[in-house]
Amino acid sequence: MTEATPLSKDLVSILDLDRGQVELILDTAESFAEVSERTIKKVPTLRGRTLVGLFFEPSTRTSASFEIAAKRLSADWVSFSLASSSLTKGESLIDTVRNLDAMAPDMVVVRHADPGVPRMLALRVACSVINAGDGAHEHPSQALLDAFTIRKAKGHLEGLLVAMIGDIELSRVVRSNIHLLQMMGARVRVAGPRSMMPLGIEEMGVEVVYSTAEAVRDADVVMMLRIQLERESRARFPSLREYFDVFALTPERLEGAKDDVIILHPGPMNRGVEISSEVADGPYSVILDQVSNGVAVRMALLYLWTLRPEDAS
Amino acid sequence: MAGEIVEKNPAIEDVILIGIRTRGVPMAEALAAEIKKMEGVEVPIGILDITFYRDDLSTIGPHPVVGETDLPLPVEDRVLVLCDDVLFSGRTIRAALDALVDFGRPKAVQLAVLIDRVGQRELPIQADVVGCETSTSSEETVRVRFESTDGVAEVEVVSL
Repeated sequence: MTEATPLSKDLVSILDLDRGQVELILDTAESFAEVSERTIKKVPTLRGRTLVGLFFEPSTRTSASFEIAAKRLSADWVSFSLASSSLTKGESLIDTVRNLDAMAPDMVVVRHADPGVPRMLALRVACSVINAGDGAHEHPSQALLDAFTIRKAKGHLEGLLVAMIGDIELSRVVRSNIHLLQMMGARVRVAGPRSMMPLGIEEMGVEVVYSTAEAVRDADVVMMLRIQLERESRARFPSLREYFDVFALTPERLEGAKDDVIILHPGPMNRGVEISSEVADGPYSVILDQVSNGVAVRMALLYLWTLRPEDAS
Repeated sequence: MAGEIVEKNPAIEDVILIGIRTRGVPMAEALAAEIKKMEGVEVPIGILDITFYRDDLSTIGPHPVVGETDLPLPVEDRVLVLCDDVLFSGRTIRAALDALVDFGRPKAVQLAVLIDRVGQRELPIQADVVGCETSTSSEETVRVRFESTDGVAEVEVVSL
């Protein structure tokens, strides 16, 4: 293993990392995956540490995944959701955060609908901040678990062609994944309706196409994105039915892909919208592996950042 | 040492050798080979990484290399012989005992070390089988190299 450069205080963006650090995270996650296979799925590594989850936006999978990860490391996990927080009583976000900081947690994991909130928090609290998704900006732990899943299936990331299909504009998963995959030497192709393709996306160094079959051609990895029905304030496509008919990943559209293609989806899936059940439950799907791997990767993040030497920032 | 392990454990087929990463692993392999020669019994080998159980993680920071733990069989009703190259403060063994508890309840746990640095213990822990005792000071460190991992078999006392 190469000696990684010291981690910065927070993990807000994939751009906070370099390649060696990504490898360190993925390698560390490998050993935590073993812990999750034991009968007693718990190690005392973070005993006595307090980790706070701040979920200002509904999240089931990510918050459960972080919580399970924290508990398997014996840390104390305290989670706040929007409904129970004082924000509904009129307290400002900054005051909430400063109050939390005064309770001296060892780490804050934050999810918010607005891009930039984790960075703002990071500048105001003493402990490390991990971004668990901020609006359409980034979702670094998701990109890391995707990379972990791909690496486990393919043995490497370098040189792979990864197609991401769907709502490119509003997806934080896309942004984090583009940064990470390119850093690790993979090629990225994005596809979706023109109404969901942000202007200037080519400048991120990705290939842009507008059909699912074309996107899938010769791909090693196909990553389907969720149509975020809850964010759909304006009509960017005529109907869910039409989206399925034109863009969904179906067995027929998958034919041009490499023989050993794998299918990822960050969840939650809208079956019959962006992906057909035959593909989601089919032999190429690693969607449930992503979920198991998510715990191992988040254990690695909590472990590495909680025990990060103080003077390394 | 292999002879002593056999002598202590008449039911040698109940024994699992557990190598503590990293240098305990080649040592466990060497002992297993020796026992096979003597008794014709293939003693299973497990690998234990104790990083997650260390008591000094907050001071030294995350350990850069965490290896996988791999115990081939359930430990229930087996005799586990922990193997490590050097016994010094005893803290590694304390961590290893904690780790083993998470895998079940073995019939017994024994400790075999190649080098016992007598007089340096910080915990009430002692070995059952010792290759060689040395009296070294805490200003010295003992390095063990194995043929299979390092290309040479040697023990070296180095002043810090």
